[in-house]
Amino acid sequence: MALDSKIPKGPLADKWTNHKNNINLVNPANKRLIDVIVVGTGLAGGSAAATLAELGYNVKAFCFQDSPRRAHSIAAQGGINAAKNYQGDGDSTYRLFYDTVKGGDYRSREANVYRLAEVSANIIDQCVAQGVPFAREYGGLLDNRSFGGVLVSRTFYAAGQTGQQLLLGAYSALNRQIGRGKVKMYNRHEMLDVVIVDGKARGIITRNLVTGEIERHSAHAVVLGTGGYGNVFFLSTNAMGSNVTAAWKAHKRGAYFANPCYTQIHPTCIPVSGDHQSKLTLMSESLRNDGRIWVPKHKKDVEAIRAGKLRPTQIAEEDRDYYLERRYPAFGNLVPRDVASRAAKERCDAGYGVNATGEAVYLDFAAAFMRYGKEVAHVRGLDENDDALVKKLGQEVVKTKYGNLFQMYEKIVDQNPYETPMMIYPAVHYTMGGVWVDYNLQTTVPGLYCIGEANFSDHGANRLGASALMQGLADGYFVLPYTIGDYLADDIRTGPIATDTPEFDEAEKSVRKNIEHLINNNGTHSVDHFHKRLGKIMWNKCGMARNAEDLKSAINEIAELRAEFWKDVRVPGTNDEFNEELAKALRVADFLELGELFAKDALLREESAGGHFREEYQTPEGEAMRRKEFQFVSAWEYKGEPKDAVLHKEDLVYENIEVKERSYK
Amino acid sequence: MNLTLKIWRQKNANDKGKMVDYPISDVSPDMSFLEMLDVLNESLVQKNEEPVAFDHDCREGICGMCSLYINGEAHGPDRGITTCQLHMRMFKDGDTITIEPFRATAFPVIKDLVVDRSAFDRIQHAGGFISVNTSGNTIDANAIPINKHDADESFEAAMCIGCGACVASCKNSSAMLFVGAKVSQFALLPQGQVEATDRVLNMVKQMDEEGFGNCTNTGACEVECPKGISLENIARMNREYLKASLKG
Ligand SMILES: Cc1cc2nc3c(=O)[nH]c(=O)nc-3n(C[C@H](O)[C@H](O)[C@H](O)COP(=O)(O)OP(=O)(O)OC[C@H]3O[C@@H](n4cnc5c(N)ncnc54)[C@H](O)[C@@H]3O)c2cc1C
Ligand code: SF4
Ligand code: FES
Repeated sequence: MALDSKIPKGPLADKWTNHKNNINLVNPANKRLIDVIVVGTGLAGGSAAATLAELGYNVKAFCFQDSPRRAHSIAAQGGINAAKNYQGDGDSTYRLFYDTVKGGDYRSREANVYRLAEVSANIIDQCVAQGVPFAREYGGLLDNRSFGGVLVSRTFYAAGQTGQQLLLGAYSALNRQIGRGKVKMYNRHEMLDVVIVDGKARGIITRNLVTGEIERHSAHAVVLGTGGYGNVFFLSTNAMGSNVTAAWKAHKRGAYFANPCYTQIHPTCIPVSGDHQSKLTLMSESLRNDGRIWVPKHKKDVEAIRAGKLRPTQIAEEDRDYYLERRYPAFGNLVPRDVASRAAKERCDAGYGVNATGEAVYLDFAAAFMRYGKEVAHVRGLDENDDALVKKLGQEVVKTKYGNLFQMYEKIVDQNPYETPMMIYPAVHYTMGGVWVDYNLQTTVPGLYCIGEANFSDHGANRLGASALMQGLADGYFVLPYTIGDYLADDIRTGPIATDTPEFDEAEKSVRKNIEHLINNNGTHSVDHFHKRLGKIMWNKCGMARNAEDLKSAINEIAELRAEFWKDVRVPGTNDEFNEELAKALRVADFLELGELFAKDALLREESAGGHFREEYQTPEGEAMRRKEFQFVSAWEYKGEPKDAVLHKEDLVYENIEVKERSYK
Repeated sequence: MNLTLKIWRQKNANDKGKMVDYPISDVSPDMSFLEMLDVLNESLVQKNEEPVAFDHDCREGICGMCSLYINGEAHGPDRGITTCQLHMRMFKDGDTITIEPFRATAFPVIKDLVVDRSAFDRIQHAGGFISVNTSGNTIDANAIPINKHDADESFEAAMCIGCGACVASCKNSSAMLFVGAKVSQFALLPQGQVEATDRVLNMVKQMDEEGFGNCTNTGACEVECPKGISLENIARMNREYLKASLKG
């Protein structure tokens, strides 16, 4: 099948408006006759489910946690972008569009990104109307901060809990619809397959995580908002339950999977502390507004620090290497994530890492304390030359901005970041790749839609900070509810979809078969054992720097590990009860397939772009080298084994933006 | 560190349940409490025994999924944190640690340490929202300036993660802190005024129907709340309730 991205004709700025004016609508009375399944209740799924219900559709929503409020969107810290230009610093829809395409290293679709920028301002209006308590200035208006890769302040935030507040906003809209009976909510349910009838997505198979019951649910369309697949690396900033299962099952049923190798390794996370580590914790990018990143200039200092004989605060200014400020004077500490991560790795690989494992750099707030403290002292008429006072005042300011992050850091590392610089290291954080969708957010399977982090759509090869929240809510509140109507307009006379059909039988049977295999396998190793081994292969061979040889061996190793998993995994307990090991096993089984496709995709992409860095393709200064021949989306069609997947290319055309060497110098 | 864990084991909602002892060795002080339980579970799987079921997801103190009543305290001995943020450096070699579920009539046990907190969701369905449609056709976000102090206070109330520690810590199993926080978030904002009366009446009604107890102002909830939600929110809800009842 040829890929059709269905980008509307006409000038960039008019595409979305024209499209909305021309697509089919479903009249309110008919919407009552139509069922929609929404899997996922994060920013994307939660906002979509609420909006679809509000429009009049009958919605069934699913999540694997015990409440929709716990989707991993809750953990987003730093903020959400919107082209409001409240700061009057020259922001505009075009500039947000431009920054996002450039930040994505010219690997995203122009029309989608422009639409995202266009609806961004609306998101803030909507959230404020819902009672989302964003940070405000003393005059009562909304405050902004800046994020990496841009030169304006367009990020709205609620301390270090922006995702929480936005998700609770979407959750409240969802609650309103649940209360009205328009959304039926299924908590602690895991989707394990999509059901395709006559080529259209017509339902899903789920497992009730409390009782183990396998259930059939039908609808006229199915929407996946199931989040990212960073946990394929085992260690990531994702939640323990974050998984690829829904997206992968969709892929196996015909949805193409796009750019799986585009993964974001976030530069500022708390370093790994030992083998027991179960996940990694992000320290928001917003900290790079005020924190300066450095390592010692001299190896002897590095050694003294590792031996515990020297404290970072004892190293003189001139003996520190603020390597981002040195290499990228224009953007300094606010270069995009991929650039900052690689620069940290470069310093640590060169032997300048500042903890026992050699994999950590400093993020230092000392200068910010003094800068803010002086401002406050000045305003309050206090002594600006009293360093101790100024530092204390400055620390208070920093505390109101990032208090919860500092507390989180202290609890994990057992060091006080107000007194000593934080230690950070890059970690897997976000997946730009995902299910391929067209302009309408429809996958290659008619009636199957994919939104939020689960799709591949807007961030190209690297996502800029504060833009995932924006995308999730744009998709869910403002895009999908319109575009899905175009498809559903044909379904007003279809009537309810039956679940006692051969298609549902077959899907349920295949789910049961896997479960029975796992439960009866009685192997020797736990699920985590396999997951950790997969994570090691991914991190070492498909991580921050990749090369052809490693990728080829990763493909084989993952295939072997998968075979071993099915032969040797041990899942205790039974199917018909609460069984966390079984739930994990089903997720890891899918990661073991995705990992292989991931490596294959990375091998194909003989260039460096954004988060995908191939050692063979770099400039003499060690920067990513994009190649014109690879200006396409790789969309993979499932054909049995992941390594047999067939490539379809969607060429990326840039008509409104000049494709340039990305420079942050 | 070597420790003895006393853990509540209960096969399902109908099982009676009991405490079971598990010795555990080589615990690193840098482990989180849940990572320690991971290690225990790994060893149980190896022995072909059933691992201990407990709720968790984000493991960074924000999703509200983790619970656990540790040595008689919701979220354990440390303050201002959730169980997933508790680290083993809070314990000493040789300690015995008791681990129980969050107990309350309104939070029935599902298995071992996992409880059903859907009552919290139902209270929110009853009124935890502002009835604006998500069309985006609202006024510009900066059209209503909001006093920074009110906005900050509203945010502090909105920081509640819905974990239920307040209920588990209260001798009456009252949910007043949780409900008070939500009512306060909206009561402090101009957007929330329109539906203020119905909101507080409906949410409190649902809270009572779910079988949560009364508040007798002992303040245990505030002490154990991982997010520092203050008792002031209960007082504010009481004022809102009184105001609404007089109108209603
Ligand atoms: C620590 C952290 C900080 C971040 N900070 C920021 C930030 O400051 N700004 C920003 O823009 N972005 C940030 N991001 C990224 C952003 O938070 C996410 O990309 C975004 O929230 C994803 O939203 P979502 O709705 O697509 O998915 P999620 O919120 O992950 O929701 C997924 C939903 O799908 C459900 N689900 C998944 N699989 C299944 C299944 N098989 N069956 C049933 N249900 C299923 C889950 O239960 C859940 O409800 C951050 C991410 C992390 C991890
Ligand atoms: S008020 Fe505190 S203890 Fe109660 S649910 Fe909210 S965060 Fe948890
Ligand atoms: S697991 Fe999310 S708060 Fe503890």
